[in-house]
Amino acid sequence: MVNRVLVVLPHPDDETFGCGGTIAKWTKSGAEVVYMCGTLGQMGRNMGKPFFATRESLPHVRAQELADACKVLGIQDVRKMGLRDKTIEFEDPAKVAEQIQSVIREFRPQILLTHYPGYGVHPDHDALGFAAVLAVKGLGAAERPEIYAHAITHNRLQTLGAPDIEVDIADVVQTKIDAVKAHRSQSEGMMKRLADGSESDEAVRKRMEQNFKKEVFWYYNPDHLPDTLWLS
Amino acid sequence: MGPLHRAEAEAYLQRFVDKDVYLHLETTNGAYAGNNPSGSMAVCAYIRNGRVRFERGSVTGFGPYRVGLKMDQGWIYAEGLTDWEVDDEGRLLFAGHDGDGKLAISLELSFQPFEV
Repeated sequence: MVNRVLVVLPHPDDETFGCGGTIAKWTKSGAEVVYMCGTLGQMGRNMGKPFFATRESLPHVRAQELADACKVLGIQDVRKMGLRDKTIEFEDPAKVAEQIQSVIREFRPQILLTHYPGYGVHPDHDALGFAAVLAVKGLGAAERPEIYAHAITHNRLQTLGAPDIEVDIADVVQTKIDAVKAHRSQSEGMMKRLADGSESDEAVRKRMEQNFKKEVFWYYNPDHLPDTLWLS
Repeated sequence: MGPLHRAEAEAYLQRFVDKDVYLHLETTNGAYAGNNPSGSMAVCAYIRNGRVRFERGSVTGFGPYRVGLKMDQGWIYAEGLTDWEVDDEGRLLFAGHDGDGKLAISLELSFQPFEV
């Protein structure tokens, strides 16, 4: 029985697109979910379709969308980490890890869900995933939550092998769709293209369709975390 | 100017930390980028001799690389950097060249103003 889950992801909507179904299943079964959201997605390029947000209004728009989506998913506790979009990789990972560690110590989650470092595609995904794993690595065995790592890169199946966890989200798909729609500034264009069949990129369309069927994760052993994301 | 070496460039970048320095930052897809049937548009931005001070500077990625400079009140960021050089005047020059060798982005730091 999963009672407490800590989600650590950098952008409002990361909790929905990649793992919203899994989170909804947890909360519907009574689990408590704390979401540490790294940034407000200040540098996003999607502004709604037709665009309604500006570079300056976007963080406020996305903060409200985050609150709405979390309500849909049943996340009771959202902690904004106060980092800035596209800059997490330039912060001191030890400091970011400290911030996450203090929440782990307080909340004592059984599971920590984050991006798989090196498989996140977006540098913020890799950097925050790295910091989250680093936070767990610094804890004693008894305090460590299990790490569910979300991998996005196209090569993920080839290099990581089959996922350790496959979550069938058929029973919560409407909840996930509602959460996606709550992130209106980010999802409106994509949802319109999917609905009217105008998404020209076959791979994107397949990926999105898959996304509404199942969500997959890999376990991450924190003792295997490299010293840095980069080559020397 | 030659292929960017992440660790060496990051080490040299530390000389500019916590000092008032001059910044050139530029990105462009070329003045002719809008002149094609695909409907794409020409986009360019640059700042020359912005006077800045940053407390943390890093070079990240596996190539093309990114540079992030953390200031007291803000950030300087560049993505798509492929090459670097420390010139005769000790200035740190980064550039990103596309497949045709055309410049797409540059980030440069100097203790003296760049020529205008």
